[in-house]
Amino acid sequence: MALLEVSGLDVHYGAIHALRGVSISVEKGQIVCLVGSNGAGKSTTLRALSGLVKPTRGTIVFDGQSLVGLKPHQVVRRGIAHAPEGRGIFPNLSVRDNLELGAYVRSDKAGIAADLERQLERFPILKERATQMAGTLSGGEQQMLAVARALMARPRLLLLDEPSLGLAPQIVQSIFRIIQEINGEGVTILLVEQNAHMALSIAQHGYVLESGEIKMSDAAKTLAASDEVRKAYLGIGE
Amino acid sequence: MADFLTFLFKGISVGSLYALIALGYTMVYGILQFINFAHSDVFALGAFFSWRFAVAYHLMHPTPIQAAGLLLLSMAACALTGLLIEWLAYRPLRQAPRLNVLITAIGVSLFLENAGQLVWGKSVVQFPTMTEHSIVLGGVHIRLVEVVAVGAAFALMLGLQWLVYRTKIGRGMRAVSVDHNIAGLMGVPVDQIISLTFVIGSALAGAGGLLVGLTYGQIKQPADASWIIYGLKAFVAAVIGGIGNLPGAMLGGLLLGIAEQFVAGYVSTTFRDAIAFALLIVILLVRPSGILGKNVVEKV
Repeated sequence: MALLEVSGLDVHYGAIHALRGVSISVEKGQIVCLVGSNGAGKSTTLRALSGLVKPTRGTIVFDGQSLVGLKPHQVVRRGIAHAPEGRGIFPNLSVRDNLELGAYVRSDKAGIAADLERQLERFPILKERATQMAGTLSGGEQQMLAVARALMARPRLLLLDEPSLGLAPQIVQSIFRIIQEINGEGVTILLVEQNAHMALSIAQHGYVLESGEIKMSDAAKTLAASDEVRKAYLGIGE
Repeated sequence: MADFLTFLFKGISVGSLYALIALGYTMVYGILQFINFAHSDVFALGAFFSWRFAVAYHLMHPTPIQAAGLLLLSMAACALTGLLIEWLAYRPLRQAPRLNVLITAIGVSLFLENAGQLVWGKSVVQFPTMTEHSIVLGGVHIRLVEVVAVGAAFALMLGLQWLVYRTKIGRGMRAVSVDHNIAGLMGVPVDQIISLTFVIGSALAGAGGLLVGLTYGQIKQPADASWIIYGLKAFVAAVIGGIGNLPGAMLGGLLLGIAEQFVAGYVSTTFRDAIAFALLIVILLVRPSGILGKNVVEKV
């Protein structure tokens, strides 16, 4: 059985039917990406997984246990960390405080200190700015902080929402390299991206979401090569 | 010079109590962005709870240790009151527009005032007296009980600072005050943190109730306007310091207390109550976010 098994998920925002029967499966150790245009329901899917929005129908099973009805902090306790859309850092808290908040559900002080050190090694720029207010960081640095902070929870599954949004190509490259590195350390990743090209290039499996419905599901390589995806999401036409 | 010192110390004495109450307003505002109008009533209840405990345990002339015991009892009783208020009145409205919550807060306030009047009647209550002694400082006589009250208020405020800025729970509170959803994603149990905020704010109001009673020697009935004025001034202190900001509430409280005493002493006691609102108007004109108001760094 897959690590994460989502099936028939429906989400409504008032009268808006944001997700229609979304089914996703994420195998342990994989990078799975969810691509699609703005407003397709990518972020909503992640928000439903994290307990920020309540699905009206469907099941979410993580490691054999249902997540439906859990509050966000309970989902984190189960081993899922979510680096949200727009990064969601705390601007008036220091970089270090932000990172320590990521470890809120843990109580192993030595382990937390060691992980903090590891993340600061991985992102030297954060080490340099550890005592600075997080709001003074640049966009790319804030994204790195968001990823590092999510890792502080020692998640088994990491949900990443648009990590490339608004960043210069070079920084996007390094973020994606880091995502692969994290995956190599054994963290399963569900990646939501508008940048389908980049996302499909590092994922093993991909889903294409359109108007709240899964339109395609295939190996990432196959999707990247398909005419439909190339035209609609990769900007490569005839 | 003696006058100056007398007014200054009296100002610190009154101001530290404003500060204690202001913290409750500012903490709830920081986390839920609404003014908990029932806070001044929890403060009044704190005075009555401590009086009842003093009567029940025959502590009308408490020793310092016994007074500390009364303080803890009053804080615990008010903490429980705050917890119940949040749970029964505000939690069901978590998704409701803020105006609904505000109106509910006024309702809770009226309920507490009338319930208090029903239980404890309308007459003025003689409060326990700790000590009649005075100490002489810089040629000025200062009542020992006021020194004790100021000391207790500052100790509690330091404790709160430590909790909010030095502990994990405090970090959680600061996260919730920025964004409930993101705090939840960090694993912070948002509802529990909100309850805790009410518990702490109300406990401080409970302490304030006892300290005010000890300082003035008698307390008026729970629905008396003096409680509302006291609460209103504490609220003004929170706004002056920067609502949502803990050091701001303390600074605002002290400033307001000192300003009041100087105006009363050097100008006229008639203007004592007016100065709070005059200060409020000036602050709102000159620096609407308050002296230490949130200066959120925003970068696009």
